[in-house]
Amino acid sequence: MLEVIWKLIEMTIIIALLIPIAAMLVWVERRMIGIWQDRLGPNRVGPFGILQSMADLLKVLGKEDWIPPFSDKVVFVLAPVIAAVTVLMSFAVVPFTPTIGVSDLNIGLLFFLAMTSLAVYGVVLAGWASNSKYALLGGMRAAAQTVSYEVFMGLSVMGVVLLTGSFNLREIVLAQQDGWLIQTQFLGFFVFLIAGIAESHRLPFDLPEAETELTAGFHTEYSGLKFALFFLGEYLSVTLISTMSVTLFFGGWLMPEPLASWLPPLVWFILKVAFFVMFFILLRTSLPRPRFDQLLSFGWLVMLPLALFNLLATAALRLAGII
Amino acid sequence: MISQLRTMWLVLKHTFTKADTVEYPEQKPYLAPRYRGRIVLTRDPNGEERCVACNLCAVACPVDCISLQQTIDDDGRKRADFFRINFSRCILCGFCEEACPTYAIQLTPDVELAEYERKNLVYEKENLLIKGPGKYPDYSFYQQSGISIASKGKGEGVQDKPAVDVKGLMP
Repeated sequence: MLEVIWKLIEMTIIIALLIPIAAMLVWVERRMIGIWQDRLGPNRVGPFGILQSMADLLKVLGKEDWIPPFSDKVVFVLAPVIAAVTVLMSFAVVPFTPTIGVSDLNIGLLFFLAMTSLAVYGVVLAGWASNSKYALLGGMRAAAQTVSYEVFMGLSVMGVVLLTGSFNLREIVLAQQDGWLIQTQFLGFFVFLIAGIAESHRLPFDLPEAETELTAGFHTEYSGLKFALFFLGEYLSVTLISTMSVTLFFGGWLMPEPLASWLPPLVWFILKVAFFVMFFILLRTSLPRPRFDQLLSFGWLVMLPLALFNLLATAALRLAGII
Repeated sequence: MISQLRTMWLVLKHTFTKADTVEYPEQKPYLAPRYRGRIVLTRDPNGEERCVACNLCAVACPVDCISLQQTIDDDGRKRADFFRINFSRCILCGFCEEACPTYAIQLTPDVELAEYERKNLVYEKENLLIKGPGKYPDYSFYQQSGISIASKGKGEGVQDKPAVDVKGLMP
């Protein structure tokens, strides 16, 4: 009984920290993009503009909660909730430190893949329920993009599973005590990262949104709190993909010995995740968006063979006993 | 692929370049003396109004934001009875300044014209008049022109030649 209550408290704390972190990411992103474009970014609300997200939230709450009369109303309301909740669910299996982590699911990795697949529904349903041309095009693109990138996202992490012999994320981290998996799985990591960007439809793979072509893509008709939920989902999935990259390939909370004793494991974990979040933001600032057919052919003709090659090579080397 | 990595590297290098932003309310950019901002009416070196209410500025104004009425004083000077500029219409083009024959109307480098109420943007003559001569410190219209006023007859100004006796020119 006590354990259940403790788990509930842990879950509440993790969610209560994740959502503000996702909100803060909006500010961090705007600030970083500003710096990289030789501007300042939002710096007015609070010290260094740190309360910008609070101001944005207040503004969003003050907006009219409008549901277009031509939309499919139930699905329209449901879609942003799916987009945010599925991403939050994935954090259940993330081992943050040796002691923190909601669940030690022995199919944790599969659960993560399943949840990212479910997250597609949020976008596709939003595009469909909006009943408008831009949203429909965005939803269609999201469906094609995420379905095809999910294939080799799954394949790219199979190398990790081969080497560690487990789907349990905590065991995957613990198996990296002698050396991070990036040493042997750099191809897998590369494919995973690109697939992750496409899954969270961030720039340069933000074709479902594609402001310049589709107004705002799948969330064209959304405003107010429901729009904020989509944003929350997007920034949470940025955090999620960074978290998973760290967990699967960069040893989670682990650090080589002289460094590990300097800071607690949680701080190392957060630092590593922050590094990847920054990388995501840098990608957004610097790279242009590809055309949609380029995106798909890049996926199927480059990424899929790479992922398969990585899997085969890992398996072969494993059989030969080299790694 | 290589070019994309290069792009990312070049963008990353911008972490250390200084931002170009001028943080406006705290940090004001330099505006040149001839910048076209808020309009003023200037006075000549003796402290008299330069404006002779000739209406050329109002005619030149492309948005019709200037309205005025001429009166003639007891000493023979012409001046504006009222002079009104509607800054909610004014586009700060400076045509009025170019049209002005007496250097009376001038544009200043002040651009902070924001108001909470629109009608506060209508400036009357007493709001427009300043104490000094503006950009032309020595110029005085009545001293340069051949018009007689109470303090000065024809031909007594700085540049004036003695008045010609028209009838003396008979062949």
